[in-house]
Amino acid sequence: MAELDIDAVAGPAWGGGVAPFATNTKKLGMWLFLLSDSLTFSTAILAYAYVRLASPAWPRPFEIWPAIANATFLTVILLSSSLTMVLAVAAAHRDDVRRAVMYIILTAIGGAAFVVLHLMEWFRLFAEGVTPWSNQYVVNGQPGDPLFGGTFFGLTGLHMLHVSIGVIYLSIIAIGFGRRKFNADHVEVSGLYWHFVDLVWMFIFPMVYLMSVNLTVKP
Amino acid sequence: MSAHASPIHHSEAPKGWIRHYIFSFDHKIIGTQYILLGLSAVTIGLILSLIFRTHLVWPDAHIWGFANGIVSPEDYLRLITMHGTLMVFFVLTTVPQSGFGNYFLPIQIGAPDMAFPTLNMLSFWTTLLALLVLLSSAFVPGGSAIGGWTAYAPLSAVGQIAGPGQGLGETLWVVSIALFCGGSLMSAINFLGTTIDLRTKGLSLMRMPLTVWGWFITACLALLAFGVLLAACILLLLDRLAQTSFFIPGNLDVSGVVLHHSGGSPLLWQHLFWFFGHPEVYIAILPAMGIISHVLSTFSRKPVFGYKAMVYSLTAIGFLSFAVWGHHMFISGMNPYSALAFSIITLVIGVPSAIKTFNWLGTLWGGKIHFTTAMLFAIGFVSLFVTGGLSGIFLAQPALDLYLHATYYVIGHFHLIMGVAAIFAMFAATYYWFPKMFGRMMNEGLGKLHFWITFIGVYCIFMPMHYLGYAGDARRYSSIESVNYMIPLHPVHFFITISAFVTAGAQLIFYFNFFWSMGHGKPAERNPWHATTLEWAVSTPVPHDNFAGDYPVIYRGPYEYSVPGAADDYIPQHLAPEQVAKAG
Repeated sequence: MAELDIDAVAGPAWGGGVAPFATNTKKLGMWLFLLSDSLTFSTAILAYAYVRLASPAWPRPFEIWPAIANATFLTVILLSSSLTMVLAVAAAHRDDVRRAVMYIILTAIGGAAFVVLHLMEWFRLFAEGVTPWSNQYVVNGQPGDPLFGGTFFGLTGLHMLHVSIGVIYLSIIAIGFGRRKFNADHVEVSGLYWHFVDLVWMFIFPMVYLMSVNLTVKP
Repeated sequence: MSAHASPIHHSEAPKGWIRHYIFSFDHKIIGTQYILLGLSAVTIGLILSLIFRTHLVWPDAHIWGFANGIVSPEDYLRLITMHGTLMVFFVLTTVPQSGFGNYFLPIQIGAPDMAFPTLNMLSFWTTLLALLVLLSSAFVPGGSAIGGWTAYAPLSAVGQIAGPGQGLGETLWVVSIALFCGGSLMSAINFLGTTIDLRTKGLSLMRMPLTVWGWFITACLALLAFGVLLAACILLLLDRLAQTSFFIPGNLDVSGVVLHHSGGSPLLWQHLFWFFGHPEVYIAILPAMGIISHVLSTFSRKPVFGYKAMVYSLTAIGFLSFAVWGHHMFISGMNPYSALAFSIITLVIGVPSAIKTFNWLGTLWGGKIHFTTAMLFAIGFVSLFVTGGLSGIFLAQPALDLYLHATYYVIGHFHLIMGVAAIFAMFAATYYWFPKMFGRMMNEGLGKLHFWITFIGVYCIFMPMHYLGYAGDARRYSSIESVNYMIPLHPVHFFITISAFVTAGAQLIFYFNFFWSMGHGKPAERNPWHATTLEWAVSTPVPHDNFAGDYPVIYRGPYEYSVPGAADDYIPQHLAPEQVAKAG
């Protein structure tokens, strides 16, 4: 009777039922989503770079006060909300439900404050005549590129949409974790999303605001 | 024996008919829903193509549903736009991956369901909504879009002024594709999470069936490509609805009106679209390659020749697919130096593609070939892939592409390699897996008749298009009468249209076979093809959690056919070594 060659390699190399890299499936799913979402943002940022580099008349209208000061304040709020999110995840893993819920709610409040302040900034720009299709600026004697408003509202709008969804998401997590329907992993996964939205802002802040600071000295 | 507790275990099927068959979380039901969605889309797309082929050769033919019964030039563009969109997105992208993949991926890896069943249901309903939005555009004022399935800017961005259908119709087109992106992203996350985490004990990566590898790599591509198309769709919607100018240059004159937009670039849309669009070609064909390897091995009664080479070449194609999008843009006015780079990388893709082809032939070589219908379609796929691939080498040269790009040559090329080849894989998959899905066999005689007419028919349709292209026949023209130098080749167009009708007629055999066999086919045994992978280890109909709580352990690779010393010519993956009957 011939030996079956194939039996020589019969030992299972994969045990099954384990999550590679100690990443549970839910967390893996979130990482995959963030990977794809980062490409969506990259595309929008790339489009911004493309039209800006090709433009002979890109406005740089942002004064240190109020635009940059406001955007810096927004950055501080968003970064602080990431800190409270870290504290929330730590508390959730300690099974400290009361503190975890409190920190999640603080994070959501930070996000909501960001959206409100950012919308006020939008309306200030609308009042100055900056719209997605036109603006009043004059650059090198030419009318400012209309895509200044298009890219500004497009990029910050896409980000603001993400923050708004995050606020709703965190509220659901806070309620669910408070009622012990969700576990610490749910909190951690929502934290991943929140930090990602934060990280995107760390690209948008310099690219949209700091690169458009008005550096001309006023007479 | 249960190898491990499943994180998403649910052994009881829901009771109500609606919960079971309509709003189902079960990957098998969702897979079937995707397949039926694709079957509806392919039927509509096929009928549209027959209408425009009819119009080309009989321009005065009265066709029901058109103003005065005549297809106007705009109607012609509408028809090809809808044909392309339906076929590429809702058939080629949907059926091999989300349809068959959903149904068989969890079974083949020994999992009870997809990793995220709710997300799975959501992705199907999003895709269905996308289809309904697309179809609804036919009934709005101005009709559906006329901008082609690529929606090239700036005419896709400027609205109604670019023609009837570029108003609300085009907006609905963009919304539909954005929704489709969302559905495909959810589906991709699900496929990746499932494959990485839910494989049963013993199923290491290099023991996965090549179908699973195909779906896995495709999901990687979908995850990375659809996010980009989604952003592009958002920017296009901003151009259309918020009056931005991402894709609209300054001083653009459309129909005698100079638009107020300025600063944008139509080339940006092409870059973003094709950065998605080229991986999309592989999203359509990689699952097909997996299915074909699987079927060829089963019916050659031989292991896949060069299994690891197959896996690595799939991966290589996946990587390279993100670096060649510029070969769709040789005539766009792009920098010729970048055209050279894109051309070289495109030719490099020929290497892993050739490895796959050689390995398919190597699998067939010396095998005990069973010419079932599924096998015929698999061999047909290899033929189409080689034919379409060879013309791809020509098109990869910028100097040749400049001449051939806007002609029928390209139509012939991509229909053979991407369209019909993937359709052949879907047919192979249908004939192969039908016994597991519906518990009955499809009729082999009708299947073979269907195969031969279709196989000869598609060559009769698409091979002559290469000649038309060489002769300079421009694609997208609604009238062949208007091109004087093409008059001697009119008989070729007649031949193509007649072939299209015969081939489409042959699909009626398939429809009949498919639906009739569901209720009246010969009852199928558990493993009618004597195949090795896990889908043939489970009973038919497949239990709600696939394995009825009894999760298998995998002991060997997926294609152990004709192993020397074994009594049977196949050794299932889940059979413990001591259970394998030895020849004696």
